[in-house]
Amino acid sequence: MWKWLHPYANPEVSYHFAGKLKPWLGWASALLLTVGLIWALLFAPADYQQGESFRIFYIHVPSAILSMSIYLAMAIAALSSLVWQVRLADASAAALAPIGAVFTAIALLTGAAWGKPMWGTWWVWDARLTSELILLFLYLGVIALHNAFDDKQMAGKAAGILALVGVINLPIIKYSVEWWNTLHQGATVSKLGAPAMASEMYWPFVLCFLGFGLLVGAVACVRFQTEIITRNKMRPWVRNLVTSEVN
Amino acid sequence: MQFDSFASFLDMGGYGFYVWLSFGASAALILLLIFSTLLSHKNARANIARQVKREQRLQQAQAQAEAEAEAEAQASVSESTSQ
Amino acid sequence: MNPRRKKRLTIVLSVLTGLGVVSGLVLYALSQNIDLFYKPSEVHYGKEDTGLKAQIGQRLRVGGLVVPESVVRDQDSLKVSFRLSDMKMPISFSEDDPMITIKYDGILPDLFREGQGIVANGTLMDGFIINASEVLAKHDENYMPKELADAAGEKHSKPSYSKEQLEGSY
Repeated sequence: MWKWLHPYANPEVSYHFAGKLKPWLGWASALLLTVGLIWALLFAPADYQQGESFRIFYIHVPSAILSMSIYLAMAIAALSSLVWQVRLADASAAALAPIGAVFTAIALLTGAAWGKPMWGTWWVWDARLTSELILLFLYLGVIALHNAFDDKQMAGKAAGILALVGVINLPIIKYSVEWWNTLHQGATVSKLGAPAMASEMYWPFVLCFLGFGLLVGAVACVRFQTEIITRNKMRPWVRNLVTSEVN
Repeated sequence: MQFDSFASFLDMGGYGFYVWLSFGASAALILLLIFSTLLSHKNARANIARQVKREQRLQQAQAQAEAEAEAEAQASVSESTSQ
Repeated sequence: MNPRRKKRLTIVLSVLTGLGVVSGLVLYALSQNIDLFYKPSEVHYGKEDTGLKAQIGQRLRVGGLVVPESVVRDQDSLKVSFRLSDMKMPISFSEDDPMITIKYDGILPDLFREGQGIVANGTLMDGFIINASEVLAKHDENYMPKELADAAGEKHSKPSYSKEQLEGSY
């Protein structure tokens, strides 16, 4: 496996690989999101209790799931950077943090805008909402630490430790609705077996979720490229690359 | 199609404010993320390119200065031999 | 200490303090919620695990199901009162269940209806009455298109208010 992985540990190869990947991810995501969001806004049926406000589901749930999966990916990258000193892992952790922060913010904002008409409040300090807010602070802490040091390796170490400590928050978010008496309801779509909703409501969700997921991939590719060239700016291949016209 | 007119689509069964607030804020945040990502990539490339150019100019200037110094030295050598 | 190290140290320290404060607040908030959360039966007989009884005049948080046909709304203000009983599976109501009465003056959330799960914050009064300052509706994880719900006999209409009711409360 190491032999197979070896070329991808080379910054130049990874840079070009990410560059080749990003248009595919970007266009596939644009396509899925267009179809998915139009379906969600215009054609998906309204919920019998929540009416049309149910359409917030199609942004809220995908971004909430992504906010946690991005954190998990970032923590795995941070771990491989700290333990096996994979330099590129550090670059990808730094690339993922701002994306995760944005999706956490979206989950919180759409949740508030959904909670106000349905529950009767924008915010309640229940375990699910509070732990998701902590996730946002963890992301902001990781971003701050990445930018706090001029030495990128030092920065990566500090941010990586915080990212790893914060992993404890992930099971808390996931199981908060079962462990505590929360206002937030249990999981709808990640239940084992059939999702707790009709299929004409479920399919637009699948498209939106995949669309947002691929968007994360495309943005991560660009940020990863940025991290690679700033970390390797003394290398001849980077110098040739930036002075040439092609991207 | 769940809506019979554009107005009822905007109204979202009375939840228009909340639905459009959610979709609008999410779109704004995602566009901000995409643009800042592209911008910082462009800036990173430009910064490195500028640094490379500066170093090249420095090298050229140094090479020129060395060449001039050498020429001067040779001139003074040839002057002293001709005397 | 050189300025760069100083800057680094302040940032690291502020991040850590921020996280510390946040997690402290969270634990505090959660423990408060857990301590102050009562089921209607617990208001009557004390907490299940500790036997702790709520005092009259105490602020607390109650959660339960709205008892059908117990909702009384004032004709010309937002005042409403209804009874809560324990949530149990399968959902059933009986007159013998311990119940509490909630009095509230405000707009009810759209999910409010008889049989719905409700969380209320307020002060406990004599006679198992709670003067609520906030009424929140709980939702379950199931979503259903209107057509399917009609077929299954599930119905919901959000609370509506007349002009007089909305004006009467000011």
